[in-house]
Amino acid sequence: MAAPSVSRRLMLGLPLAVVATGGIGFYALLERMRSGSYNPQDFNNPLVGHPAPEFTLPGADGHQGFDRAALAVQKRPVLVNFFASWCVPCAGEAPFLDKLAQSGLDLWGIAYQDKPEALALYLAKYGNPYRRVASDRSGRVAINWGVYGVPESFLIAPGGMVRWHVAGPLVPEVIQRQLMPALRRLA
Amino acid sequence: MIPTLGHFALALALAIAAAQAVIGLFGPMLRDRVLLRTAPALAIGQFLMLCASFAALVWAGVVSDFTVKNVADFSSSITPLFYRVTGTWGNHDGSMLLWCLILSLCGAVVGIFGTNIPTSLRSRVLGVLGLVSGGFLLFTLTVSDPFQRIWPPPLTGAGVNPILQDPGLAVHPPILYTGYVGFSIAFAFAVAALIEGRVDAAWGRWVRPWTLVSWLFLTAGICFGSLWSYYTLGWGGFWFWDPVENVALLPWLTGTALIHSAIVVEKREALKTWSVLLAIATFSMSLCGTFLVRSGLLNSVHAFAAAPDQGLFILALLALTIGGSLLLFAFRAPNLATSGLFAPVSREGALILNNIFLCVIAAVVFTGTMYPPFVDLLFGQQISVGAPFFDQAVLPLTAPLILAMAVGPMLQWKRAAIMPALTKLWAGAVIAVIVFAFLLFRGHAIAALGLAGAAWVIIGAVVDLAERVRLFRVPLVQSFTRLFTIPRASVGAALGHLGFGVLVLGIAGMTLRVHTVTVLHPGQGVDLGGYRWVLDSIAPVQGPNYQARQATVTVTRHGKLVMTLKPERRVFTAQKVDTMAAAIRTNGVRNLFATFAGEDNSGGGEFQFNVHPFAPEIWLGGLIMALGGAISLSDRRFRIGAPVKKRLRKPAGSATV
Amino acid sequence: MKRVLILLCLGLMVTFGIAVAAGTAAMADTLATPTTIVRDGVTLTIAQEKRAEVIGNKLRCLVCQNETVENSRAGLAKQFRGIIRRRVVRGETNEQIIAFMVKRYGIFVLLKPPLIPLTWLLWFSPAIALLAGLGVVLLARRRTAPGPEPDLTETERARLKDILS
Repeated sequence: MAAPSVSRRLMLGLPLAVVATGGIGFYALLERMRSGSYNPQDFNNPLVGHPAPEFTLPGADGHQGFDRAALAVQKRPVLVNFFASWCVPCAGEAPFLDKLAQSGLDLWGIAYQDKPEALALYLAKYGNPYRRVASDRSGRVAINWGVYGVPESFLIAPGGMVRWHVAGPLVPEVIQRQLMPALRRLA
Repeated sequence: MIPTLGHFALALALAIAAAQAVIGLFGPMLRDRVLLRTAPALAIGQFLMLCASFAALVWAGVVSDFTVKNVADFSSSITPLFYRVTGTWGNHDGSMLLWCLILSLCGAVVGIFGTNIPTSLRSRVLGVLGLVSGGFLLFTLTVSDPFQRIWPPPLTGAGVNPILQDPGLAVHPPILYTGYVGFSIAFAFAVAALIEGRVDAAWGRWVRPWTLVSWLFLTAGICFGSLWSYYTLGWGGFWFWDPVENVALLPWLTGTALIHSAIVVEKREALKTWSVLLAIATFSMSLCGTFLVRSGLLNSVHAFAAAPDQGLFILALLALTIGGSLLLFAFRAPNLATSGLFAPVSREGALILNNIFLCVIAAVVFTGTMYPPFVDLLFGQQISVGAPFFDQAVLPLTAPLILAMAVGPMLQWKRAAIMPALTKLWAGAVIAVIVFAFLLFRGHAIAALGLAGAAWVIIGAVVDLAERVRLFRVPLVQSFTRLFTIPRASVGAALGHLGFGVLVLGIAGMTLRVHTVTVLHPGQGVDLGGYRWVLDSIAPVQGPNYQARQATVTVTRHGKLVMTLKPERRVFTAQKVDTMAAAIRTNGVRNLFATFAGEDNSGGGEFQFNVHPFAPEIWLGGLIMALGGAISLSDRRFRIGAPVKKRLRKPAGSATV
Repeated sequence: MKRVLILLCLGLMVTFGIAVAAGTAAMADTLATPTTIVRDGVTLTIAQEKRAEVIGNKLRCLVCQNETVENSRAGLAKQFRGIIRRRVVRGETNEQIIAFMVKRYGIFVLLKPPLIPLTWLLWFSPAIALLAGLGVVLLARRRTAPGPEPDLTETERARLKDILS
């Protein structure tokens, strides 16, 4: 039989090429998973890069509530943090929120589907890092923000634009790798 | 003591696998008779070691030895015995041990039953299997060790995941893994043939039974998985196109293509390169499947907890196995001799059509499953590719398969005339058209297409069998005896196609389902699907490790009792998880499906009632397909092996196939 | 004749079975069922409920991400179902309601990816795969098809004459 042509060799080498490319892709995905930048369950919040949505919320625990207008007139960046007293990771991120508040970042909290008594107990126990605390009893406002669980945090630039979002607790790794750079970009 | 012995047996198995790999692959090169015969013994030894290891792990679970971390994390003393045993494979590490056990079983089986294969080929096959085994054993021992010990042991274990506490756990993983892992044999045959540099008709004959075994287990495994999901998750569906379901379907699709193309290799010595590639691809899909499930790369309810480190190891295994075999393919395949001309309309043509469409479907399913992670990687955008996409993209592609499935077995080899084949199928065509028109008239377009297709395939299979037993052309008694004398492979094939038709019937019937969601207080009822569903009462019930609220629903039709359904809502004390136990009753051609979601403050229960026409046929079809595979296996021609200079055997049965 | 009869009987049996099943399904619409239904805190008609279910089945539950909004038992899914039904009762179209969800959660919430440049490869993959498959088959056939026989040389012709004579 005649020696196989070049085109036949190329065609038979194609599966290997395809698999090699796929393998590199898988490797990249795995590395990203280890570093935390890829999570198959995570998805981008479409609000990032857009103004905060229209909303009005009553205050909670003796605090004054706020609305979009209040957010927009702020001269400094604000971190809007959705939390709840019944949420275990929220208790986990509370000490880190305290540190952020002490370092000068304005935190505004929104209690998601929380009862006033439980909320008061939570804030007493874990401290209150928030300048303002509002209460979203029904969760409708959270839906307008594209929130699907707690805790979630949004970084709002002066003027009301959403610049950054994370779904999950603000652990030191997230603060260092994502929040700090986002704050620096705003400065 | 026993877990330690089990651990030791595992390490020993790795050593034996390494020896099997080296001796298996180098023995033929050295042409040493003793070495050639050692490989099967090593394969059997490896299997025995893994049996011991697995038995040790099961024993640890049964006696609730909490010094073994796996048992402490995934079992408990109050778990029923059945689930202490079957829960062994309900987690990462235990299931990996099961995988290794079955992989070694494959080697042992080839060693014991592969006596009709030339010794050098068998040795190489076992060598390749030894390599694969060794890789996975290394993975298990280093990164995924089920025999890790903890001291001091906890007082109670964490318990088996409530959703897994079901007889399905005993059945689904072992059968599915046998299917997945079984394709390693076909893979080993392909690689061994590439090493030898020779693929001929005999290779096709030898590969087919091993492929059939894996295929039939995979079919049964997927079928059970779907059935389990149907009755345990309470959503009333049977296939969600979940990524893990898809990765089980991929080897099934290419495996089915392989069974069909191996026939062409055997009969006509054509499609050799393609079949070798398919054999490699099918096992590669199995490996990919296990990689994707265990690494946590895909967004799936089924995936084990994300473990990227384990994922990297498996990726390395994959790179060596798949990359190595495809590299070998790229170098050796061009030298494989091709032959065998045939016209487009012929048995070969039909089989090629089958292969094309099965592989296109596999490509689409693979693309859809892998699209979200790769789009995220390349563009940072997250999308969802769910059931609506797959239904829309894949179902139309099954139409050519369904059409060809009835015609193909009627065509001759090399060159066939299409009209005689179609004429024989006139009954199927007529009935399909009647069914289609009837349902279309009723306004169910998709069901019309599906049921017409099902009728076409089922009647086509029946006609195929009728032709072979020469029904009505010879006395009936003779036809009946012919059923047992014609090659079993043709009976198996007809049954396989029949099973597929029944499956299509079931799926099409499900598109006609009706359901309602309602809140009922005791004494209230609702009408659905021609039945009246009345809630009688809701009462507490105690299970072995759960407490439940059980609702009693009476279903009547025209006043006569049809059945009583008792859906439950269970709360598992150990894990603080609650599940719904759906109540399902079948009469063979339709299912009544009820779930009880819970009670509201006023004592009313939230119920979902469903009527699923032809649902049982979905799994019946799968089982018939598996049965067809099993019958094909018993064909004595598979036991006729390498050509040796012996007395001539009389050819069995008819001349076709 | 006998064959015709038997196959016709078979066909009638199959058709009958299918008719029963189809009739079962069709009967659901004709029997007296309540005209309104309460679901997730919203009262709607059967037709509205069916429309809401269609919408719910197109959306992904974001908590239990491998279920539809319709089937999921998560609290958020229940809220979504309520929102969908309230909007259906208000008269909004399917597209409007789905756009409402996509505006807040992005296209991740759609189980069927939209046809945008990002998903072209996905949606055209059946066609691409089919073309590739046919291409491979055609290439393979061209290779195995033997070329025209080369003409015999003088010496070969003489030898042939020798053998034949």
